[in-house]
Amino acid sequence: MALLKGVVCPFCGCLCDDLEVEVQDGKILSTRNACPVSRSKFLSHAEDRARPTVGGREVGMEEAVEEAARILREADFPLIYGLSSTESDAQRLAVRLAELTGASLDNTSSTCHGPTVLAAQECGAVKCTLGEVKNRADLVVFWGCNPAEAHIRHPVRYSLTPAGMYRQGKKERFSVHVDVRETRTSKMVNQFIKVEEGKDYELLSALRAALRGYEVKEAAGVPGEKVKELAERMKGCKFGIIFFGMGLTMSKGKNLNIDAALRLVRDLNDYTKFLIMPMRGHFNVSGANEVLTWLTGYPFAVNFSRGYPVYNPGEFSAVDLLYRGECDAALILASDPAAHFPARSVRHLASIPTIVIDPKVSLTTKLARVVIPSAIAGIECDGTAYRMDGVPLRLKKIVESPYLPDREILGRIIERVGA
Amino acid sequence: MIIKNGTVYDPLNGIKGEKMDLFIEGGRIVEEAKGEVIDASGLLVLPGGVDLHSHIAGSKVNLGRLMRPEDHRKDPVPATEVTRSGTGYTVPTTYVTGYRYATMGYTTVMEAAMPPLTARHVHEELCDIPMVDKGAFTLMGNNHFVMKYIAEGNWEKLRNYVGWLLKATKGYAIKLVNPGGVENWKWGKNVEGLDDKVENYGVTPREIIKGLSRANEELGLPHPIHVHCNKLGTPGKFGIVVETVETVVAQGGRIHITHVQFNSYGGEDWATLSSAAPEVAKAINRSPGATCDLGQVIFGEATTMTGDGPWQHRLFKLTGNKWYNSDVELEVGAGIVPYTFKPKSLVNAVQWTIGLEVALLVEDPWKVVLTTDHPNAGPFYYYPRVIEWLMSRKAREKTLSEVHKAASSRSTLPSLEREYSLYEIAVITRAGPARLLGLRRKGHLGVGADADVAIYEFREDDVEGSFSRAKYVIKDGEIVVKDGRVVREHWGRTLWVSPPGELPEDAKADFEKYYTVSLENYPVEPEYLPKSEVIPCG
Repeated sequence: MALLKGVVCPFCGCLCDDLEVEVQDGKILSTRNACPVSRSKFLSHAEDRARPTVGGREVGMEEAVEEAARILREADFPLIYGLSSTESDAQRLAVRLAELTGASLDNTSSTCHGPTVLAAQECGAVKCTLGEVKNRADLVVFWGCNPAEAHIRHPVRYSLTPAGMYRQGKKERFSVHVDVRETRTSKMVNQFIKVEEGKDYELLSALRAALRGYEVKEAAGVPGEKVKELAERMKGCKFGIIFFGMGLTMSKGKNLNIDAALRLVRDLNDYTKFLIMPMRGHFNVSGANEVLTWLTGYPFAVNFSRGYPVYNPGEFSAVDLLYRGECDAALILASDPAAHFPARSVRHLASIPTIVIDPKVSLTTKLARVVIPSAIAGIECDGTAYRMDGVPLRLKKIVESPYLPDREILGRIIERVGA
Repeated sequence: MIIKNGTVYDPLNGIKGEKMDLFIEGGRIVEEAKGEVIDASGLLVLPGGVDLHSHIAGSKVNLGRLMRPEDHRKDPVPATEVTRSGTGYTVPTTYVTGYRYATMGYTTVMEAAMPPLTARHVHEELCDIPMVDKGAFTLMGNNHFVMKYIAEGNWEKLRNYVGWLLKATKGYAIKLVNPGGVENWKWGKNVEGLDDKVENYGVTPREIIKGLSRANEELGLPHPIHVHCNKLGTPGKFGIVVETVETVVAQGGRIHITHVQFNSYGGEDWATLSSAAPEVAKAINRSPGATCDLGQVIFGEATTMTGDGPWQHRLFKLTGNKWYNSDVELEVGAGIVPYTFKPKSLVNAVQWTIGLEVALLVEDPWKVVLTTDHPNAGPFYYYPRVIEWLMSRKAREKTLSEVHKAASSRSTLPSLEREYSLYEIAVITRAGPARLLGLRRKGHLGVGADADVAIYEFREDDVEGSFSRAKYVIKDGEIVVKDGRVVREHWGRTLWVSPPGELPEDAKADFEKYYTVSLENYPVEPEYLPKSEVIPCG
């Protein structure tokens, strides 16, 4: 039996790197320090595995890879989508494949923090790594996110309760949760502020106004004195941070909400130290943005049909391409769009030859023309993942796998597409 | 391979424009070889260019790319038979970065600011930069352990930690950026001078600089400490450069002042800004062991990105442009602000004079390196324009006549007659930086040198054009560029140092308490350096 220490969790953007995993005879027996979601990912990694199929018929890997290459070779306007739950070498090869096939290339950020990117492209962002928060923050605001249920160890490891250099735990941090309804996160904080649905922009703008001394009577259902109190609290802290989630990026206003939040934080730096961080979901969605950016200049929604990268979210983002029925083939890597996209987009995905590379059976594998099973990054193969704050960590290979890593599968498809 | 009949400039071997043949075998320059013959008659043959300060890889570079789609859109780069696609303009994608350096005849490039915690990211991007050998300088001037051991006066622990950190990050040199000031920025503050205190640590910038210089020399690192001085970009603060140089030289250390232009400002505020290049050049001239690179301004678009968080905030407040800030726990900060250098702006015109003035006033060309602090003062692929300004007083006068008149009245540039020779250009673009980096097989064409060769069709009436597109570039003995086009994709090595040094025992407890990654996951694994070379210390 072996006890592996310092294992990096390949589930969410927290990339907790203190997991201990007990392995015997190539099987994972138990985990320590893992949250329930992480534990389940490790312990059930061998379940619900996809099989290599073409048209629903089980085939050998070679045939599946050959058929995938044929589909991409023959397609006029293919889509490559997903990327966020795999490691960065696979992401690099996905870019190469898109370049070779003149594809549109998108990652899941177009349906999560794409608006965050758009806003940052307007005004920038004031960011830091999570250790800065742990060591210094005396004011922590969770806005439109629910770490208690979605990033379970975030409050414990990084943001709320840990003892750092200048803050000794929760007592030395004031915490606020702003959301449209109370959740388990609201129970963890000092103050919950209920914002009316779809009115985050209004509240953020009111805070900016209050900072500048304007009187706010009421904003987004929040009484003026509460707005002023929060503005004063932000101004008066030594080191504040806003963590925000899809409650802000995907509600009414989208990138404009984020724009307002980024500008609020920018304004606050006239008075004190204040930062902001998106709560990234998939364990390597940050990496997908990074890799696409260093190879193409753009973080998502890139198209290669002109022989060079062109960026246009809305035109080349996966949901929209599928919704308008524009792409004539698709390769889905490490993602399950059939479970998340609008019905009309999914119907188009089902109507075109779709290739899925994924360790597990999913709704998308069920509608795919070609399914190629792969090893799970961070459990069955190594690689790099980027934490929500941009810190890159080395994923470990814990157990052997009969499946190939995504990068090798993509490499084989690239060989055949190029041939 | 034989390069026949070229006019060779090889300053490290004392060759000043002699007609001779070069022989290449096994990726090195040799005494005698057979094979392909390149007829270099009438062509200029130089060692491959060496850039010792550029921002090409890592988290802040990538944020610069991410935040500027408008910058890429006007400079798309299509794939060819041999090259990948990508985009420019001020912050090109990784492949395009490699291709553009190679096209210009550069074969070695150093990323000048690597945050230790995100070193893996730097190396991932370096892995995707073809054509050149590369390396990265590890940021240390605001590091928790560095400041702690300096405050304790514990030189042994400091030296051990620095040695360990270079190995852990696979770094090449010690980089300081606004020492102490960036730690204060983590509370929204800065330092104002070399003797201000760093909050909570009680040390001063001067002590940090002295301490790291001492560690640098004790470890025998090939490159001097590489310093971005305090109070960069502040009118009237040129004295900090002078003092910094004197402080290090007084204790027998070597010091490289980087992008010296940005620190050589006289006057009292932006309205009264003037060049202090003569004072700074004087300090460099009289200080043995002191060198600098220019950070020469190129008019047009730039993306400023430095580890100097407070400076970038100030630049944001000055311009109102978009602003990224990125602080890294226990180690560094960074900021990114797009910027346009305008010829008709008083400030920009004066800034433009300063880099050139320093280059012309520092007497010994071995003390000067050509850079634009890419992409801070302009993209690296404008180096040939800087060469033209340095080689031709006429070219300088032409630009002077087109820019704000303050360039003429607040700088000595109009009076400077010096014109760089080709030999001196070869010094400041290859031989000098190679020697300064301690790269013994680079920057020259003697037997045993790496076969990195740049061959140009030199036309005196178009110096910029001549150096922009090399006729041939040979990297590790292979022709990779022909007639200004990349004809072969080549993968260079990552250069790093491996000095002695173990992480001090007491650092482990701090690591546990204050970092958010565990110690065992901190050092960069060998997988991130598929081709690498350790450059010896001592």
